[in-house]
Amino acid sequence: MRNLLVCCVLFLTCFLTSFPTQAAGRVVHKERSLYQTIHVVKDRAKICLQFSVRRDQRNQSCIDTRNPQEMQFSYTKMMMAALLLVEQPESVLMIGLGGGTIPTALHELYPQAIIDVVEIDPAVVRMAREYFGFTSDERLRVYEQDARVFTRRAKKKGQRYDLILLDAFNGEYIPEHLMTREYLEDNRQMLTERGVLAANTFAVSDLYDHESATYADVFGTFYNFKIWQSANRVILARPAGLPEDTDVLKPRAAELQRLLKPYNVPIRRYVKDLAGRKDWDESARVLTDQYSPANLLKNR
Amino acid sequence: MRSALIYLLAGIGGFVIMALELLGGRVLAPYFGSDIYVWGSIITIFMLSLSLGYLGGGRLSLHAPSLSKFASLFLIAAVLLYPLVYFAEPLMEWVFDRIEDPRYGSLVAASTLFILPTVTLGFISPYSVRLLVETAHRSGEVAGRLYFVSTLGSALGTLMTSFYFVLWFEIDTILTGLAGTLLLLAALGYIGNRAT
Repeated sequence: MRNLLVCCVLFLTCFLTSFPTQAAGRVVHKERSLYQTIHVVKDRAKICLQFSVRRDQRNQSCIDTRNPQEMQFSYTKMMMAALLLVEQPESVLMIGLGGGTIPTALHELYPQAIIDVVEIDPAVVRMAREYFGFTSDERLRVYEQDARVFTRRAKKKGQRYDLILLDAFNGEYIPEHLMTREYLEDNRQMLTERGVLAANTFAVSDLYDHESATYADVFGTFYNFKIWQSANRVILARPAGLPEDTDVLKPRAAELQRLLKPYNVPIRRYVKDLAGRKDWDESARVLTDQYSPANLLKNR
Repeated sequence: MRSALIYLLAGIGGFVIMALELLGGRVLAPYFGSDIYVWGSIITIFMLSLSLGYLGGGRLSLHAPSLSKFASLFLIAAVLLYPLVYFAEPLMEWVFDRIEDPRYGSLVAASTLFILPTVTLGFISPYSVRLLVETAHRSGEVAGRLYFVSTLGSALGTLMTSFYFVLWFEIDTILTGLAGTLLLLAALGYIGNRAT
């Protein structure tokens, strides 16, 4: 009898928790683009951009209309940790627009900086403008093209960036040519002397090992930045080298804490977690243009 | 025995065509991305090349058809695959520098890389029909069986490449393997020719 009761409770719990992200909210816009199905969902003051391939939706980007500056996702905030490693970036390259949260924040923080955003899906750019208050101007420019093509062209033209942010993966499908050693090598060469690269990457599946091994191959050491309870991991790399003891970054964090307050980025708390352990299988095969079955590896 | 060999060669020819087409996407991606137009370029070039190959294979079959000439097609296709391994990069670099629009860039790159081997592989089907058909009465049956075998080979080539080969091997290794397979088939054809 008690067992039955426990079973019932367990079943109910499982049943109820199986709909976590399908929270209340109404779809204000649905669009099938060439690359994904995009939903814009409004839930009270919150507006979210969701990409879906299967039925379960993933929030890509959200804003709180009462406080549009406040960042809603831990990975977005974690990406801002790159600012600990580069002061006053004058040129920024961002791969993957989403709702435009990060480029908008950087544009506000560093109005003099040139920010180039590359987004392959024109529908995402339209959604960002229409629902997320994203606006481009002569210093915040959007290029609707494949990141690999943009990067190759920009590098050839001698374009260099103080800060490169990679956020091209929507969680369902990975553009495999954006995860290879050759692509990362191109990015590394596009960094200025003081330049920093930050990448939002996967923290689960076999791909974690392969991706980590690939970054290690291109950059040597990097910060393997994870925080508790986040399924994301942010890689921070700087060809000029990274301090082994992150405590030296504390004054910089204190300085940024004020600046980043409106965005709700707890940057001071990040310092101790920044240099995460090397917890991947270092013998994992490096992903290259010759070998990049990322989507097959992701499902293992 | 002779006809079994021809069916085998035609089937594996179909396998190689689709394996090559799928790898085409991977070869072009580092320069032109993996957008839908890149696939559009590849599929266009393969269809165009195969159509020309069919025409050429039919014409060639008019002049003293033989198993050894048939085997030579595989030899030629194998040789034409090697530039893909050794010269693809500099060639795509050259195209990338000259054509800004990745649609036309990928179309030009796909043409230069894939037209020659694919046209040659297109010769195989009509030439096989010529070698297999003995009476007009059975020609439809022979052609049907040939399409069956070569298209089945294509299906298998697609599946093996996209599910397994890319997970096990590097792209160049697979390409070399395909060229090696074609060489082996050519050898089989020559041996078969001497035996009959």
